[in-house]
Amino acid sequence: MKVRVTVMPKAGVLDPQGKAIAQALAGLGFEGVAEVRAGKVLMLDLAETNPAAARAAGEAMARRLLANTVIESFTVELA
Amino acid sequence: MKSAIIIFPGTNRERDMAIALERASGQRPAMLWHRDSALPAGLDLVVLPGGFSYGDYLRCGAMAAQSPIMAAVRDFAARGGHVLGVCNGFQMLCEAGLLPGALLKNASLRFLAQDCALRVERADTVFTRGFRQGAVFRATMAHGDGNYFCDAETLARLEGERLVALRYADANLNGSINAIAGVVSPNLRVMGLMPHPENSVDPLVGGTDGLPMFTGLAEAFATV
Repeated sequence: MKVRVTVMPKAGVLDPQGKAIAQALAGLGFEGVAEVRAGKVLMLDLAETNPAAARAAGEAMARRLLANTVIESFTVELA
Repeated sequence: MKSAIIIFPGTNRERDMAIALERASGQRPAMLWHRDSALPAGLDLVVLPGGFSYGDYLRCGAMAAQSPIMAAVRDFAARGGHVLGVCNGFQMLCEAGLLPGALLKNASLRFLAQDCALRVERADTVFTRGFRQGAVFRATMAHGDGNYFCDAETLARLEGERLVALRYADANLNGSINAIAGVVSPNLRVMGLMPHPENSVDPLVGGTDGLPMFTGLAEAFATV
């Protein structure tokens, strides 16, 4: 099964990358962008065939390695 | 002083660290590879040096923190062993959960390769005993992700328990919360800092401002 883990900087954590992207968008003439937050998406191809178990495995992997929960939040979805 | 330096793929500051430790103590540190699973017996100090382990993949220090040797380093720290992490080593200690917080990308988004001034916030640790309390010394910065961050509760605990060992004294160039440059564990035996005191141990190459860190360690662990 494929599992998608989305990792984002937590609310309140400075995201200088997102800020720089927002400035670049404004520079290109895209108006009305209040904020950009830059995160990452990890696609996992798992041998597991049970959806609930696959999601649980993705969550365990995110907590242990894929996200640093001091600064990042994550969501896990079946893809 | 019996010390060991751990080398990861992408570590590049292990030689400078070895020179600093040997200059101060007269004893050459053991150099260990990250795939080793045990530390030599009777170590006083383990050092995680600077560099760009695993090309900073995922997050700085995240992959190194899962290396086989890190289980042994965790055990060593749990038994009261002394561990020093510099730059990438500090990032590893945070990722490994041996120190609180995390290092974010510099607030300016710029890689910082320049000197900074560090103030010694507490001189009663083996890492800082070579300095006077409140002393300011110069050290080199060389990092893209040195912006120390922790949540408000952790910050209150760090400040309340005086676990901030070093602070940027003038400019806080990387944007660290409360200008934190180095933190220690509650038992004062694990320390991480972003700047490189091991760069400044030779009067011919950039001065000796960083030498007291290593002479202090050598004195603390001198075999009488």
